[in-house]
Amino acid sequence: MYEFDWSSIPGALPFLWQGMRISLEITLTAIGVGILWGTLLALMRLSKLRLLGWFAAAYVNLFRAVPLVMVLLWFFLIVPQLLEKLLGLPSGSDARLSSAIVGFALFESAYYSEIIRAGIQSVPKGQASAAFALGMTYGQTMRLVVLPQAFRNMVPLLLTQAIILFQDTSLVYVSALADFFGAAYKVGDRDGRLVELLLFAGAVYFAICYSASLLVKRFHKGAGA
Amino acid sequence: MISIRHVSKHYGSFQVLTDCSTEVAKGEAIVVCGPSGSGKSTLIKCVNGLEPFQQGEIWLDGISVGDPKTSLPKLRAHVGMVFQNFELFPHMSIIGNLTVAQVKVLGRTLDESADKGLKLLDRVGLKPQANKFPGQLSGGQQQRVAIARALCMDPVCMLFDEPTSALDPEMINEVLDVMVELAREGMTMMVVTHEMGFARKVANRVIFMDHGRIIEDAGKEEFFGTPRSERAQVFLSKILQH
Repeated sequence: MYEFDWSSIPGALPFLWQGMRISLEITLTAIGVGILWGTLLALMRLSKLRLLGWFAAAYVNLFRAVPLVMVLLWFFLIVPQLLEKLLGLPSGSDARLSSAIVGFALFESAYYSEIIRAGIQSVPKGQASAAFALGMTYGQTMRLVVLPQAFRNMVPLLLTQAIILFQDTSLVYVSALADFFGAAYKVGDRDGRLVELLLFAGAVYFAICYSASLLVKRFHKGAGA
Repeated sequence: MISIRHVSKHYGSFQVLTDCSTEVAKGEAIVVCGPSGSGKSTLIKCVNGLEPFQQGEIWLDGISVGDPKTSLPKLRAHVGMVFQNFELFPHMSIIGNLTVAQVKVLGRTLDESADKGLKLLDRVGLKPQANKFPGQLSGGQQQRVAIARALCMDPVCMLFDEPTSALDPEMINEVLDVMVELAREGMTMMVVTHEMGFARKVANRVIFMDHGRIIEDAGKEEFFGTPRSERAQVFLSKILQH
């Protein structure tokens, strides 16, 4: 029978917290960039300009058809060298975090753009007509009339996607980056207590994601949607 | 004010408008009627460029609508339009609906816009509702707000696209009353509607459309007296028996 020994966790908490901060940093940046870039992609996809539409469709299809782990590895292998060249950083400087963030942001944008596209399409066409009829430009119509309504309809989906994204940040372990999962793995490996640390990490992920999903549900009900 | 010259429009091979021509002089109120699918809503949406057209010309206050060099936002800023489904912005309060375009399009200050908005809201009898949201108002009230919203822009003319057809019967009159008053004050109006009572009261001319063509374009006495086309007669007999 396996004997559990949790004693290595309390001492490792500061290190694990550092890892959690990296996880959150990746999640929040990817959400921010994902929504901005995703909105642009969605607008391109819905635009009458064919070239933009094709570009956005190709982008979304590419990223949605490739496993996230592979995207992260590509970025881990390519982006640091690119950044070194572009920014003139000394070679060997640690760009793992920035490459992970860039990879996530670009990958998540593809998913966000599809959610946002559906959100934009959920706003009745007459709303845009009314805005145009008042003399608004395309940009004003989107910014003042269509997108606010689209985002209000999308909030539950965007939050759900954010929860998935938070879980997926654990995949950065492929670049040996000490996010929360990576940190837990390192501690467990060092102390020979891998099972305990991974159970603990799993419990933390569960607690965070489950309570977040309850919040989303409540919000959904509160919004009367 | 509005000059429609030989306008044709098609979606692919489907012809929506065929060689439509008419004029609306300053201060005139014109009613456009016809069976559904006759192209009347499409025609009125061509006037402010919400729908593009392939042939012909539309001139509005001396500006060619179809000219690619024409700035449509600038043109539309002074052409009021009222829609069948009101299309108030549900995420803004009533006063927000009335001020947003004044501020963002005309560059007025918020105070100035709010003053103007409240004045026009008062005119349509809804000043007490200024801080409510569109969802809290009845259909008739929403449509009156929509008219006030269009008037806030100091339009040179007003386009109405079936303004009462989404309303419950008991709310139709409150909207028509506002429109009658507008027409009597000399607003240039082009109104797509089946409300023949409204046409009798204030229209200078009635245009009858069918299958994308203007079949009849006559003064109201003439139109209600002896419509020349058989199709207009059939149409009138169908909607007037109620």
